Amino acid sequence: MRKVLTGNQAAAWAAALASVDVVAAYPITPATQVCETLAELQASGHYKGRYVKVESEHSAMSALLGAASAGARTFTATSSQGLAYMHEMLHWVSGARLPIVMVDVNRALAAPWNLWSDQSDSLSQRDTGWLQFYCASNQEVLDTTLMAFKISERLRLPSMVIMDGFTLSHTYEPVDVPGAEEVARFLPPWREPSALDPKRPAAYGALALPKEFTRLRRRLENDMQRALETILEISSEFEEAFGRSYGLIEPYRVGDAEALLFCAGAAASTMQEAVDALRARGKAAGGVRLRVARPFPTYSVRALSRPGVPWAVVDRAFSPGSGGVFRQELEAALYPLSRHPSVRGYIAGLGGADVTVELLSEIWEDAVLDRKDSTEAWMEDAR
Amino acid sequence: MSETARAAKKSIPEPELMSAGHTACQGCAATLSMRYALKGLGSETILVIPACCWTVLAGASKRTSLSVPVLHAPFAGAAATACGVKHGLVSRGDDSTTVVAWAGDGGTFDIGLQSLSGAADRNEDILYVCYDNEAYMNTGIQRSGGTPRGAWTMTTPEGADRPKKDLDAIVEAHHPRYFATATPAFAEDLVRKFKKAREVKGFRFIRILSPCPPGWKYDPEATVRYSRLAVQTGLFPLYEVEDGNFRLNRALTPRRPVSEYLAGQGRYRGLSADSVARIQAEIDARCAGLEKR
Repeated sequence: MRKVLTGNQAAAWAAALASVDVVAAYPITPATQVCETLAELQASGHYKGRYVKVESEHSAMSALLGAASAGARTFTATSSQGLAYMHEMLHWVSGARLPIVMVDVNRALAAPWNLWSDQSDSLSQRDTGWLQFYCASNQEVLDTTLMAFKISERLRLPSMVIMDGFTLSHTYEPVDVPGAEEVARFLPPWREPSALDPKRPAAYGALALPKEFTRLRRRLENDMQRALETILEISSEFEEAFGRSYGLIEPYRVGDAEALLFCAGAAASTMQEAVDALRARGKAAGGVRLRVARPFPTYSVRALSRPGVPWAVVDRAFSPGSGGVFRQELEAALYPLSRHPSVRGYIAGLGGADVTVELLSEIWEDAVLDRKDSTEAWMEDAR
Repeated sequence: MSETARAAKKSIPEPELMSAGHTACQGCAATLSMRYALKGLGSETILVIPACCWTVLAGASKRTSLSVPVLHAPFAGAAATACGVKHGLVSRGDDSTTVVAWAGDGGTFDIGLQSLSGAADRNEDILYVCYDNEAYMNTGIQRSGGTPRGAWTMTTPEGADRPKKDLDAIVEAHHPRYFATATPAFAEDLVRKFKKAREVKGFRFIRILSPCPPGWKYDPEATVRYSRLAVQTGLFPLYEVEDGNFRLNRALTPRRPVSEYLAGQGRYRGLSADSVARIQAEIDARCAGLEKR
């Protein structure tokens, strides 16, 4: 059924359709509406699971640690400071190999206070062992959340489904909401074989010595790498069931491109418009949207890379002292190629600053010169 | 066998859910507390243990000294994790397992207080147990909110200058379904309280005073004596509160002078006669209040 939904509402509908057993959540702008919509969906009987209205984000993720260890399918949503407050728990639940699914609504981290979108919150958590999916539309938020449960449960790794604050979270778009029976066929109930059970006394998360600790960490990394394939498998299953297809990256008019824009999130839709505008002016522009950032799709970006075709990475987050996060990751992925192209970074769209067609066109025009001088530039919207 | 020993044997369940081979220090009251608590709770129990001595005592990796499931959890979130376990179990159709958060005083009085308050406020169907050894013992004896005034710790070399935080009042202010104090010298009382807590639905809290030989600086064989003296001097009154109804479990008058409890504990070696008199006066005032309650 087609509905007009915000990104937040699409996320809540996905959790309800996924027959989640336990939600634990705490309000934070701009993710609050996910918590509110779930409460409405519970009241109207669409969400049949339990809902713990905890007193903090740290407790939200702690409660999900408990619930998922007891074998429940679990969900929460947060943003920015809330995600940062969960930090130690994020490491814990991936180490515990729990298939928790969380929506993060991108918002800048303070200080100073800022309510608007950039990717500094989610990218600060890139080393926590969570899969990361960056969405570019509200339909994709719903679809990715549904897929995330299946992917997480198959790999026993938690998933973070990410959307831009306000740009997606508060913008209404038509969304195809599948029926509960259709979803149930795609996503059968979760059965955790080693769930906490008084009939099977065992200790979970007890002190591990260096040798076994290293083995567990290595297994986690192996499964992260395996995830690239699993995500594609489950995406095909999803396409078969619902007719919509998603990859690890999304190339746009890259065939004969002389330089490639590279970004994640809703700005990637603007990027397609910028590519079209440049093409209309006779410029051979192309772009690549990063959809899955953890695990990083190294081989997919290598396959698109051609010698002499520079990449222009639009970073909405940076690591102070070492620069744009996706620029560094792309450089690391391409560097082993014998004739690797240059990668130039552009810091833009911080704290909700607009990433416009004009700004992206300017970035592309700069990148195509392939000057190979400095690796990073700070961009501001000229308006 | 004496008459008393026979009675005790009858009143304390025989099944052992804690095994030998745990890694506690000699004379550890936290192991006595766990052993008796599990006798009261029975095997249909799941423990959530945040960072505390019991993180280590439960055993490393595949070995465990407990015959009930244990979910280890980060320091600040014992109560929230426990309520998550409860919701998870109920969602899978298990309504009967008792879920217990088992935390030290650091994890309760200090870093875990927010999570504890949230769970108590929501009347979550869990039992929260604080085994209170009155300092961060697992990290090597640093002051916590549970450390009494005058006690030496590694971070209060001159003796703690602040009184022990009144956690019991904080917890009671959340209107828990059941609240109790216990200490292992009064084993039957402790077992009875855990049996009772198991039967209550909603938020339950038990604080156990848990003497600690290396932290309190006394000889390991004196653990039960200090556990007993804490009650006999009125420093640690045994009582319970069911839905707001207060009941003293042991008369507070007559009581022994607190100097008997303080003597022999190295952590109190630096106390002046004035300080001892002050502690006695505080105990007398508190006991008078409880007797009128």
